[in-house]
Amino acid sequence: MRRLVLALAVLAAGCGGSGRLATPRVPAIAPIQSELPREQQIDHVLSRLAYGARPGDAERVRAVGVERWIALQLTPERIDDRVADSAIANYRTLGTPTGELAAIFRDVRMARRDTSKPAMRDVTADSRRTLQLSLGEVAAAKLSRAVLSDRQLYEQMVDFWENHFSVFAGKGQTRLFIPAYDRDVIRPRAMGKFRDLLGAVAKSPAMLFYLDNAQSSADSMHNTLRQVRQRPRRGLNENYARELMELHTLGVDGGYSQRDVIEVARALTGWGIDPREGAFVFRPAVHDADQKTVLGTQLSAGRGIEDGEQVLDILASHPATAHHIVKKLAVRFISDSAPPALVERCAGVFTASEGDIRETLKCVVTSPEFFSRAAYRAKVKTPFELVASALRAANATPDATPRSAQIVARLGQPIFGRQTPDGWPDQAAEWVNAGAMVNRTNFGLALAAGRVPGVRVMALDPAVGAKLSTPEFQRR
Amino acid sequence: MQRRVFMKNGALALVTMGLSPTLLRRTIFAQPLTGGAASLGNARGKVLICLFQRGAADALNVVVPHGEPAYYRLRPTIAVPRPTLGTQSSAVDLDGFFGLHPSLEPLKTLWTQGILAPVHAVGSPSSTRSHFDAQDYMESGTPDAKGTRDGWLNRYLATKGTCEECSKGGIGNGNGNGHESLFRAVSMTQQTPRILMGPAASVAMNSIEEFAIRANGPGAANIEAMYAAGGSDVVHAAGGEMLDAMKILRTANPLQYQPRNGAEYPRSPFGQRLREIAQLIKADVGVEIAFADVGGWDTHVNQGGATGQLALRLNDFAKAISALVTDLGDRMADVAILTMSEFGRTARQNGSGGTDHGHAGCLFVIGGSVKGGKVHGKWPGLEPEQLNEGRDLALTTDFRSVFGEVVRKHLGASALDKIFPGFSPTEIGLL
Repeated sequence: MRRLVLALAVLAAGCGGSGRLATPRVPAIAPIQSELPREQQIDHVLSRLAYGARPGDAERVRAVGVERWIALQLTPERIDDRVADSAIANYRTLGTPTGELAAIFRDVRMARRDTSKPAMRDVTADSRRTLQLSLGEVAAAKLSRAVLSDRQLYEQMVDFWENHFSVFAGKGQTRLFIPAYDRDVIRPRAMGKFRDLLGAVAKSPAMLFYLDNAQSSADSMHNTLRQVRQRPRRGLNENYARELMELHTLGVDGGYSQRDVIEVARALTGWGIDPREGAFVFRPAVHDADQKTVLGTQLSAGRGIEDGEQVLDILASHPATAHHIVKKLAVRFISDSAPPALVERCAGVFTASEGDIRETLKCVVTSPEFFSRAAYRAKVKTPFELVASALRAANATPDATPRSAQIVARLGQPIFGRQTPDGWPDQAAEWVNAGAMVNRTNFGLALAAGRVPGVRVMALDPAVGAKLSTPEFQRR
Repeated sequence: MQRRVFMKNGALALVTMGLSPTLLRRTIFAQPLTGGAASLGNARGKVLICLFQRGAADALNVVVPHGEPAYYRLRPTIAVPRPTLGTQSSAVDLDGFFGLHPSLEPLKTLWTQGILAPVHAVGSPSSTRSHFDAQDYMESGTPDAKGTRDGWLNRYLATKGTCEECSKGGIGNGNGNGHESLFRAVSMTQQTPRILMGPAASVAMNSIEEFAIRANGPGAANIEAMYAAGGSDVVHAAGGEMLDAMKILRTANPLQYQPRNGAEYPRSPFGQRLREIAQLIKADVGVEIAFADVGGWDTHVNQGGATGQLALRLNDFAKAISALVTDLGDRMADVAILTMSEFGRTARQNGSGGTDHGHAGCLFVIGGSVKGGKVHGKWPGLEPEQLNEGRDLALTTDFRSVFGEVVRKHLGASALDKIFPGFSPTEIGLL
């Protein structure tokens, strides 16, 4: 109860570094219409909008009321989160600027080329450890926040967007850019405007590197914005343009053609990475400045970065995007088969609110579909959700090492470790099979016995411990 | 090679999460055998074992073109010397032109027996030099098409008719009859590899020992009871499969396994994984596809020649495969082993005594029905004008022609157009 009172009393200074946004009002939420009894409603919101209940959470929701609890969760800026913040402070590399990581990476590469000097070998070993630690800590911090933060719905949304805009740490230098991707790109915008988030992702070195847009340049058939004598241009790389439409915005059946993929790729030429700073840079010398047509809209010749910005405008406001995003939200929060009527309705809210994530989310999580009997405990937990919810149920905490994140990896869902750009699947069939059940069951047993490295368990109630390895605990 | 870093960390976590061997003996394996698995025993069929060398193995120092003068010009300090009888630091001659790296000496026996077929200048037509993309293409089976979500081995599983058969056996009903399919595709990796991703089921495990519920006595019985009593939902179905699989593995008696014919596996992770693949095959649990991978091939610096870094990797590689073949003995009549690596390396050595990312590579096909004793594939030569982009071994065989021929002739796949969509394979004559 104390934490909640605190949460109501304190106007938090900002949410995960998003101090630049004005603190929004706590929305008014009409009384929930539900066929579920109140106790199941409480259980439902804690297992869907949070990563499961910690001891005492159900009582806290009951005390404040389901509607008020949801309203607060929709305004994480107003929830005091000092407990999580102080735990996260243990991960010391989290704030490292990308430029610094990029410099360390250059050292390593240089040292690899010149192995004659033994001193360089030490530099390499040390620097490698730093790089390794920085990625491990981002992953561990993500799990820690999912376990400890009182801004539970916000953490759900951070995970939702990091999965929607999935990047793979194992592809070359992508790893260098992931701390900033989590910290500066996704977190500040997870509850904001979709267009703002889409734009920040498009300019993020993590995405520019992972989906190769940094390598894309105008082909020799087209004029660039600024003529520079240079090596032959490498030409167009369509990878990002395609996934931008297929995965990030319109969806695979969103009504674009191969021609559109090429035109979007052309519009985004020149969007690259400054290798020294590890930051976005627009390179006029490789930007295709000829005329383009994207989904029927003409982009006139002679423009620069505005081409890409306009493409993002077109995509973000397209009805297919509203539909695609809301459907994914419904799959995550309601059921594997997103209720079509709800998708229609909330896609309308997405469009009317100009892609306001908070408004759209409110539509989804306060809907009769969300509170329906069919939705109750209908989802199977992903490994990340399983681990976070088990730690919460057991009142356990990840320690300050990156080891806790390895538990999730071990169960088949390494954090920032999805190779393909589609992100981790969010449907039961993808996650439960014989091998996975062995690992899940063993994880539950090991946690109940206090034998999971990277996790501190204190005074676990045996009755709670016994639940962790049951079939029922695999659901949320 | 960041991908390997992931795997390595995962393995570390496994070690720390695992239990002591004594505790393992008290796992569910140790319980008396009940039902289901007893009906096993004569499920002998064709088996394909795929082995991925992640990191791009240096093909020119694996299957050495010692008859090619340019080879020695391009690699002044890292070339493998021409075969010299009686020395261990020169190539092991195969046919007067090609030879094996001396660390691959154990494979020479297989060549002599006519069951080892190297294929040279083979690889992906994609020009990518990214490990990630090239591995992705080799596993999805669709070079330069990033949209492919499933792996080609999974498409094989899904398209071959037997899968319908096995689903009739009652997969997932928890009654122990689903065993034909449960181990049809096994990956000895922590996670399902890209090559096996897709709708058809497969089992990924780091080790057989680990595929057990780590509870003793009543704890294990409880788990069994929970799933046996359970409903028809996906979680209970998968739990039922898990219990069936554990019963099946129990008959394989994994903790007492003795390799046959004097086979000695290296104690390396790769050696142990191949040992477990042999165990599963010999346990007749219905394995049709097995997969394992091994890293450490990204030799940019000081890779060495006849000895050194690459030599050590190859030593482990050859000893493990040789042990597997020895251990499987007569079963090799029904087994094919297919190795692969995402691309080759530069023909010319670099400034650090290593090689950089190149293009075409080489692979091995080993098995009783393989037309071995011959280096397959057209040799493009290493003169400047013969190199790809002036720097790498040129490609003359698309890897899909090799993979396609193996699944078609060895496993009897017919729907090659579904496994490798949009590709017309060239007959190689490997099998």
